[in-house]
Formats: sequence, C-alpha cells, structure tokens
Amino acid sequence: MNRVLPLMLLAAAILAFATVFLVILPAGQIRTTAAAPGLEPYTEAQLRGRATYVDLGCVYCHSQQPRAPEQAPDVQRGWGRPSTAADYAYDTPHLLGTMRTGPDLLNIGARMPSRAWHLTHLYQPRAIHPTSIMPGFPFLFETKAEAAPDDVVVQLPERYRPPEEVVVATPEALDLVDYLLSLDRTYPAANPELRDNGYSQDRGPNK
Amino acid sequence: MEFTIGTLVLVSFAVSLVALVVLIWTISRSEMRFTQADAHTIFEAEARGEGLDDPGTRPEQTGSPQGRDGDSLVPESSRRIILFVFATATLWLLLGSSFGLIASLKLHLPDWLNSVAPLTFGRMRTMHLNLVIYGWLSLGLMGLALWLIPTIFATRLRLPSVAMAGAVLMNLSVGAGVWAIGAGWTDGLEWLEIPWQIDIFIAISVFLFVVPLLVTARHRNVRHIYVTGWYYLGAMVWFPVLFIVANIPGLHSGVQQATVNWWFAHNVLGLWLTPLGVGAAYYLLPRIIGKPIYSYSLSLVGFWALALFYSQVGMHHLIGGPVPTWVVTLSVVQSIMMFVPVIAVAVNQHPLWLGNLGAFRASIPLRFVSIGALMYTAASMQGSIEALRSVSSVTHFTHYTVGHAHLGAYAFVTFVLFGALYYVIPRLVGRVWPFPSFIVAHWWLVVVGFAIYFASLTFGGWLQGKAMLDPTRDWMESMELTVPYLTGRSVGGSLMVLGHFAFAFNLIAILVGRGAERKAGAGLAEARAVAAPQSEGGN
Repeated sequence: MNRVLPLMLLAAAILAFATVFLVILPAGQIRTTAAAPGLEPYTEAQLRGRATYVDLGCVYCHSQQPRAPEQAPDVQRGWGRPSTAADYAYDTPHLLGTMRTGPDLLNIGARMPSRAWHLTHLYQPRAIHPTSIMPGFPFLFETKAEAAPDDVVVQLPERYRPPEEVVVATPEALDLVDYLLSLDRTYPAANPELRDNGYSQDRGPNK
Repeated sequence: MEFTIGTLVLVSFAVSLVALVVLIWTISRSEMRFTQADAHTIFEAEARGEGLDDPGTRPEQTGSPQGRDGDSLVPESSRRIILFVFATATLWLLLGSSFGLIASLKLHLPDWLNSVAPLTFGRMRTMHLNLVIYGWLSLGLMGLALWLIPTIFATRLRLPSVAMAGAVLMNLSVGAGVWAIGAGWTDGLEWLEIPWQIDIFIAISVFLFVVPLLVTARHRNVRHIYVTGWYYLGAMVWFPVLFIVANIPGLHSGVQQATVNWWFAHNVLGLWLTPLGVGAAYYLLPRIIGKPIYSYSLSLVGFWALALFYSQVGMHHLIGGPVPTWVVTLSVVQSIMMFVPVIAVAVNQHPLWLGNLGAFRASIPLRFVSIGALMYTAASMQGSIEALRSVSSVTHFTHYTVGHAHLGAYAFVTFVLFGALYYVIPRLVGRVWPFPSFIVAHWWLVVVGFAIYFASLTFGGWLQGKAMLDPTRDWMESMELTVPYLTGRSVGGSLMVLGHFAFAFNLIAILVGRGAERKAGAGLAEARAVAAPQSEGGN
C-alpha cells in the first residue's frame, strides 16, 4: 500500500465487478423483456401529468410497487397484485418509490376511478380524509367568480370553498388526474420471475 | 439469458470471499509491506509534537502544517481555497438544514406554506437532500481533502488554481441544481434529481478537485501511503464513475433504471461519503489524541472489504420489489458481509479514544470525530440488520429508514466533518475559535437534537411498519400514528439547525479576525503581513 496507481486500479476493478452484477446483468435480464401484454403506453396528456407527478415529488411519499401476499397485506388493501418488471416498460423516470407516507398508487386508477374525487383530493386532501397529512396543491387550480362553460369545477364542502367563488382545475391538474387514472395494472401478471420472490415458500419460478 | 439465484449469488460471494482471503494471506506474508510503525506516518509527515492537539482552543497550536524540512505544507494559496470551500459548504448546510426543517414541519402541518409549487413538500425535501449531500458534505469533504492529502503526503498542494476553479464551479452547479429542483426541473430519480445538463458541471468540478489531489499524491514525500490516503484515493476513483454512469441521459429506463438508481444512491454513501468520513477519522483521531491507531494492518481489511462488499449492497432498497430475486438476495448477503469492514474499523478506532477519555472530555473536535466514528459503526450495523428480508418487511417504506439515513449522513459523516472543521480552520487562520461557549452550545444542541430526531423516527417508523403489515388495521392508522413522532422529529431537527447557526456564527467571527492569535509563527494574517509565505517560522 505504498503506491498510488495499483491502489486506484484495484479500486476501479472492484467497482466494475459490482457494476456487472447490479447494473449490467439485471439490465440484460430486464431490458430484453417486452412490456406486459395488458399494459398500454401512456397518452400525451398522461405523460404531461406524469411529468407533474415527478416534478412535485409525489414519489417521495407514494410507492408504486405492491408487495407479494407472503410479505405484506398489499393485495388485501386493494393496492393490486405484486408487480413485475414488465409492468414498468413505459416508465421513465421510474417511480417505484421508497416511502409509504401515503398509500401505494400503482393501481390508484382502478381503485379510485373518479376524476372528481381526485380533483377534490388534490385541491384539499382534508376535504376527504380529515386526518390526511398530504399537502394540498392549490396552485394547480384557479378560483373564479363564475366558471366558464368548458371549465371543470372542483366539488368542495362548504368549509374549503372560497367565499363567492368557484374552484376550477387548470390543464395541469387535469393532466395529473389523467395520469393517476391511467395507473391500472389489474391485467394478469407477465414475467412473474422478474420480481423479488424471496418471500415465497418455493422461491417462485426463478429457482 | 438463464439466471439462477444460486449460481450468481454464489459466484459473486465466492469471488469476494476469495479476494478477502488473498488479502489476509498477503498481509500475513507482508506482501503489502507495511507494519504498525507505518501508523506513525502522519506524525512524521508533519513537524509537530505528539500529545493532545487541539488548535481550536490553544493559540500556540494553531500553526500551519510544516514538513520536516521546514516547507509549508499548506501555504497561503491553499489556505484561501480551503477556507472558501469550508465557508460556502457551511452556507449550504444552513440553507439545506433549514429546508429539511421546513419539510419536516410540513409533514404535521400539511396546510402550511402551500401557496406555490417550490414550497411543496416534494420539492423542499428534495432541495434539502441535494443541498446537504452535494453542497455541504461533498464540497466540505473535498475541502478537507485539500488539507488532508498534502498533510499526510508531506508536500504542498499542486495546481491550487485548478482546485479553486473546481470549488467555484461546484458552488455554482449546486446552486443551479437546487434552483432547478425548486423550479420543477428535475431528472426525477432519488439522489439524482439535479438535471443532467447541470450534472455535467458537477462532474467537471469534481475532476477539477481530483486532478490536483492526484498530482499532489504523485509528489509525496513519504514512503508509505497512510490509511486515510487509501480511502481518499479510492473515493476519487469511485465517485466520478458512479456519478457519470448514473446520469447518462436516455441510457436507463423502467425497472432497470431503478437498479442503476440504487446502485448509485447506495454507493454514493458507501464509496464516497463513507470513505471520506472514515478516512478523515483515521487521521483526526490519532492526530488530536497524539497516539497511533490500534492495529494498523487491520485497517487494510477494513478498506478492501468495504470496497468489495459495500459496492454490491444497493439492491436492498428494492426488497420485495419488481426486480429479479437473485440480485436482491446478492445485496442482502453483501449487506450482512459489511459487518467485516465495520468491525475492522471499529476495533481500530474506538479503543483509541475510549482509552483517552481525558482527551475526549477536553477537546470538542475530538468528541465530534469520536462520536461520528462510533455512529459509523452503529449506522452500518443497523443497515446490515435492516437489509434482512424479515426486518425490511417492517422498516421498508417507513420513517425508520429516514432515521437510519440520518444516522449515517448526519451522526457519522456530518459529525466527523464538524470535528474536522473545528480542528483545521484554526490552523488555516492562525487563531483559536473566538466563542468557545458557542462550540459547547453547538455540540449539545446537535447531540440532544439528533437523539430526539433519531429516537422519534426509529420508534415511530417501526410502529408505522408494524401497523402497515397488520391486515386488520386500516392503512390510515399507520399514517395517523406517526404524527406525534413526526412532531418530535421537528423538535429535534430545530435543535440541530440551531446548532448549525451557532457553528456558523463562530465561523464568521473567526474569518473576520476575532479570536486569540498565535504569538509566534504564521497563520494567514501573519503570512500576508510579511508577504512571504515561505518565511514562516518554527512551531
């Protein structure tokens, strides 16, 4: 350990070795898999909504990866079947998430298919769940004296309604809801080997 | 391609294990050619007596380092760069920890500061993370490297103007990156949010730091590379590779991007912040106490085992997720193997300060570094346990992991950096800290604050995880029960932020010329007065 170059070369080799296992081999396995047959690509509006979901940082409280019944009661909570890599073929950036300060959202479109519900919830979550700690997003909405004919008016209880005014959704809010409603992976799972089956008794199909 | 859990995990595990055995064998055969005597390298590189060394409160010890032949190791040109880096890093710390506090408060005051998008939780939290990781820790530790590398290699910093350019560019890039996140321009991956267009400049600025440090290493005047040097040289290889590969636009997608995401995010801790923090502790503990580390050859195992095992632990962030079982299992196995380097470092570092508790009591810089080193042991062991599938089922997706992340990034790396700044800055300016009571206040505020912070999130997060796993309880309960603990976290966080302001106050005071000066010899002020840095007197 008295020379710089061998030390740095060995350090680089070790990182390269790790990269083969954590990056290159999984990439070879995942990237060669087609999208799940039931999965639709996102529409333009959904992609705009997804970009809003990304830049507002929704991922820091909401995961998008239901766990297997052997591990956790995610299926019983209505969050959907355990997801596999094939469910995310159109997802860039990925939004798997690491926190459940809020519930998992991979199937929120199937669980809560009402646009009106989502608009109310995004404007003021406590109008629906009084104990919710999710922030409201009032900047995705406009308040007006009177709604124009093609405006989408947000339904609000008395408490949260601005006096003498109506709350209408901006195009950004409508796109975001479009994206949330598109989150529906209730079709049958494809490539069940492309997930962590480490909790199942038989260790899944990937022996 | 046909993959099986068994073969792949086994191959990787076997290679790592064989490498470790080879390493132990080479040590026993003395192939690596160093002995316990080499642990004294740091004392020989610098003409400075052994014995308790605390320039923070003793004016006579604030001399700039000098080699045995009387050359200044950190001449005025270097001192200015290092002070600039430390001052700006502290600015990012104040901003970053304030943003963290705001984000923390928002989790129990959800209607507070909601009128515009940059103030929403998702952006505040992200600006906090990027400010403290890139602005405070990365920049601050690179500033420390500009001090440590010349000092352990007994030579002055080469190409100082290149390093200065790196410092300026890094500051501009961090500022621009955080502004972008606030404005909603993000790459969207945790730890990699700064847009790749700005990441290019971060990568360039890291190179501008690395090149002068490597040139300095080539000109070293010591026979042996002290252990701190291994960690710093390793980190200087690892970080640029990680940062560039993870940020290449358009290369990664879907779940595959998630594997790259966590390969990067965990390695930025394991192969960047950890080696810089551990390396600094390996220097500062013996330096301040004035005695060499416990078992010098053991540090070799600590270093190479860290490289081998830590580099493969990232996928434990995806336990139970949509990635192949074998890669998750591989990371779980390597996470457990992390006990090897962690114990090696612990055996080396803790007996030193535990056996010199008088010094521990007398010197707050030493307290910061010692407790920081102890928290490295704690955070790593907690992380290994957390990676077990059974434990991860409870803690994954909860605030428990946030507590764990702060145990590593704050109680370990930030504490070591605080200790380093308290030790190094007086030797850069040739004056002691003007307000010792503020140092004491800083110490107790962050210690008590962090204890509250960590206890709140650990208990609250564990209960949250247990509730989430219980199908008879509504999911909402798992969120509602965390609110008192999240409030507790804000209380602890407030104390920590207050401590940072106490530190910044002292830093401003010492930079504007307050504090008792050294009577003989040279700090920055004297050097300027005689306009000849080379003429600095003895110590």
